[in-house]
Amino acid sequence: MNVTDFEMIAQLLKTRSGLALSKDKAYLIESRLNPVARKWNFAGFDELAQAIRAGKDEALLVDVTEAMTTNESFFFRDQKPFDQFNELVLPHMLEHRAAKKTIRIWSAACSSGQEPYTLAMLLKENASKLAGWKVEIVATDLSQEILDKAKEGLYSQFEVQRGLPINLLVKYFKQTGDRWQIDAEIRKMVKFQQFNLLTNPSALGRFDVVFCRNVLIYFDPPTKTEVLGKLADLLADDGFLYLGGAETVLGMSDRFQLMPGQRGIYRLMSEDKAKATG
Amino acid sequence: MKTCLIVDDSKVVRMVARKILEGLNFEIDEAEDGQKAIDACVRNMPRAVLLDWNMPVKSGIEFLRELRAMADVDQPVVVFCTTENDMTHIQEAIDAGADEYIMKPFDSEIIESKFTQVGLL
Ligand SMILES: C[S@@+](CC[C@H](N)C(=O)[O-])C[C@H]1O[C@@H](n2cnc3c(N)ncnc32)[C@H](O)[C@@H]1O
Repeated sequence: MNVTDFEMIAQLLKTRSGLALSKDKAYLIESRLNPVARKWNFAGFDELAQAIRAGKDEALLVDVTEAMTTNESFFFRDQKPFDQFNELVLPHMLEHRAAKKTIRIWSAACSSGQEPYTLAMLLKENASKLAGWKVEIVATDLSQEILDKAKEGLYSQFEVQRGLPINLLVKYFKQTGDRWQIDAEIRKMVKFQQFNLLTNPSALGRFDVVFCRNVLIYFDPPTKTEVLGKLADLLADDGFLYLGGAETVLGMSDRFQLMPGQRGIYRLMSEDKAKATG
Repeated sequence: MKTCLIVDDSKVVRMVARKILEGLNFEIDEAEDGQKAIDACVRNMPRAVLLDWNMPVKSGIEFLRELRAMADVDQPVVVFCTTENDMTHIQEAIDAGADEYIMKPFDSEIIESKFTQVGLL
């Protein structure tokens, strides 16, 4: 791949998904876009690059963008965040939302659904405490294709063995052939919707808890700052923000602070709270 | 060091599992059927057991029932690891006292994930 093709494609990806690719990742572009070239019957990578440059076919640009994103996810990813959810976040919400009895949770880059379904199972496990409550889980992703997979809730044997405790597999899944489908009662607890984190999220409403995990890591610092700003805008004053294990707000946003004594959970900075309530 | 007893009639599977678990700092003992596994537990009760289902002499599920019936011992954590991958077998294993269940084929990531879940790592 020549330098101009690399720069043209890198620019396209950055604009469309926020993905920041440095030159040493050029090999990644070729290895991931070669299947796209085949799918679209281009003779090779150069012909694909030409078509991208022409920019006439929106479906092609979507395919290119989605082929470059990483969709890896698993149930109970890192475990600890979900322990914290049970031990800290849920008790806080049960106390502080007792009047409204509603909790809104956003899984902001949900990929194939393991993250929102993990939350749905946890809520189901807490059903007795939540009787009479309305808990909404909104799960969004850039990729419509991955959202379609998420909605189906069908997982391979490999996927259900990464992080998912066996008792929950037995309780909430049905075996269909060599795959496992999460039950309709769990699926209907999650509202899937296409959403690009680079765009304005205000139509999604306000949230008490936001999971934005393992996606900021692909963005450059200014984009991280911008997205964190948007998350701060729609998080409830006493809400919780979850980032991935390798992500931080440090140096990226002064609107959040790490929850004391915890890893991976952030809360709004108090001056922000003052602004929000004032 | 934590001990793990690997019970499987396939030498290859035992070898692969041993490599993975030694990498996770377990001291390994091996048994090739359920009866030898019982003997091993009587000699020296491990902290964890990685357990195949179908084996000659005594199956994994028979071993597990016998193990769970032993009184006055520190019961180990038992993780099934078998090609039996249907709901009926999984449920039967849980009912018999299995803590986790791995459906073969497995890799280091699945072993690590399951052993973490049951608090062994
Ligand atoms: C590695 S997955 C993370 C899944 C899940 N949150 C987890 O931690 O397991 C990253 C997801 O972010 C999505 N994504 C990438 N850029 C995005 C953007 N600009 N807006 C929304 N989603 C995006 C990708 O499509 C992909 O599904």
